[in-house]
Amino acid sequence: MAATPRKRQLGRPVSIVGAGMSQFGAFKGKTSRDLFVEAFRDMTDHLDQGVGVEDIECGYIGNYSSDLFEGQGHTAPIIADWLGLTPAPVTRIENACASSGSAMREGIMAIASGLYDIVLVGGVEKMTDLPTEGVTDVLASAADGLYEVPAGLTFPGIYGALAKAHMDRYETNLSHLLKVGIKNHNNGALNPKAQFNTTIRGMMERRIARAEQRGEPVPDWKDEIEFLNDPRANPWIAWPLRLYDCAPITDGAACILLVAAEIANSFTEKPVHIAGTGQATGRPLHDAEELTSLSAAKYAAAQAYQMAGISPQDIQVAEVHDCFTIAEIIATEDLGFFAPGEGPHAVDEGRTALDGDRPVNTSGGLKAKGHPVGASGVAQIIEVFHQLRGEAGARQLPGSNLEVGLAHNVGGTGGTCVVNILRRG
Amino acid sequence: MADDSRGFTAASFYDYLKEGKLMGVRCRDCGKLSAEPRPMCPSCHSQDVEWRQFSGRGQLATFTCISVVPEGMARRGYGRNNPYCSGIVILEEGPRISARISGVDAANPQNIPTGMTLAVDFGDVDPERPALAFRPA
Repeated sequence: MAATPRKRQLGRPVSIVGAGMSQFGAFKGKTSRDLFVEAFRDMTDHLDQGVGVEDIECGYIGNYSSDLFEGQGHTAPIIADWLGLTPAPVTRIENACASSGSAMREGIMAIASGLYDIVLVGGVEKMTDLPTEGVTDVLASAADGLYEVPAGLTFPGIYGALAKAHMDRYETNLSHLLKVGIKNHNNGALNPKAQFNTTIRGMMERRIARAEQRGEPVPDWKDEIEFLNDPRANPWIAWPLRLYDCAPITDGAACILLVAAEIANSFTEKPVHIAGTGQATGRPLHDAEELTSLSAAKYAAAQAYQMAGISPQDIQVAEVHDCFTIAEIIATEDLGFFAPGEGPHAVDEGRTALDGDRPVNTSGGLKAKGHPVGASGVAQIIEVFHQLRGEAGARQLPGSNLEVGLAHNVGGTGGTCVVNILRRG
Repeated sequence: MADDSRGFTAASFYDYLKEGKLMGVRCRDCGKLSAEPRPMCPSCHSQDVEWRQFSGRGQLATFTCISVVPEGMARRGYGRNNPYCSGIVILEEGPRISARISGVDAANPQNIPTGMTLAVDFGDVDPERPALAFRPA
């Protein structure tokens, strides 16, 4: 890649005019096509002005591995069929957990090129048909199968090594990781679509109540931190990461309607425009430029900021890829919200909370909202879309000057990063 | 010494490991070393690469101790009550590589020092599923 990337711009402006999500959770008997129909119907039910399915010219669907999770490959035409989109061209985009953030970029470029005016972008993952061990193996296929997996590294293991490196180099400690999880569940408790629509305190209190009901020894946790420090409640997954540091296994789908900006007002009076977009690749952690940062995020963010003509300080709301709590801390540094090593201090100061000066993951993040791998990128964009339009309900950030938001979607351990910046119309 | 007719592949890497050698590649054009054999230099894109044997000595750059283990490790007796350590080693020649870290107390990660000197553990190479491991030197 050239040392100084040239300033990139879209051929013509692109806008988001509608969004929909399925419930995120575990849904026995529902397949990826069923979940996607739910997301699509949520979108069409809430479009300010209707869109006919026949108006959609093209689709990009992010999905990591319906092949391994469901035994179903070639997912795009099946979803097209279930939506009644056939014969419109639909393509599945795969970049691990950045699949639908990447699909978003493909949709943006398809419209910016002039080839299409109205494009459906979405994502879906159905993960819960497999037992946990099976899911673990499928997720591990996003790591380097030749040089990471044989070394015994699992997906949480690689992020565990990243966390240990960050803790060695900076003042990051285990309590910072726990605080990120607590903050995200506080937000997720306000998100009706979230898989874990509850605070950690709520989960703790329910476990105490259950023990009382069953006449079992009642745990004496006084607060969330004690609960999260109890290995019976929060066991080690890959030290220093524990259960509550890890995003859950989730079924879910999300989709948005992208249109050429010049026709956006026939769909809604409140379109949200694409201000900037960037994408980059990264190497496995052992070949990374640094062991405490995802370089792909820095490159992608630089492209997006440059295209949008803004700096990190201008971002008022951000959804970042918290597949693990450490990933959120590192993301806030990679995105330039805080200097390297300052991420944990910002957590201590509550700066990334809903009422902080740099709110991050108002949706509850991947941790509380859920992480249906292929759907997460678009779900992040949808949260920013709703925040900018004043529709985020109990999670709505205050103030009428909310204009610019960012979504940061990572694949694997930084093999892919996509950053999209949205601006209120 | 190194047989440059062997393809610069993972298969060759693990064959060499079974022969007791840690082999990577060196770019003849720019000199860049890679612990993973590859046919094209990632720095200068040259395809003029050669095998390079590493000493097998390095330092522990970072690590994790894994309790929720993959199936292969479960069959070898690892799990919640018996975690194992995997990490990233920086070879004394410069490149880094992922590896199992044997000979450490994975149940007490707070006592495992990053920066510790390691050497390749050729004794642990399973001929069926060869994997790279280091132990304290």
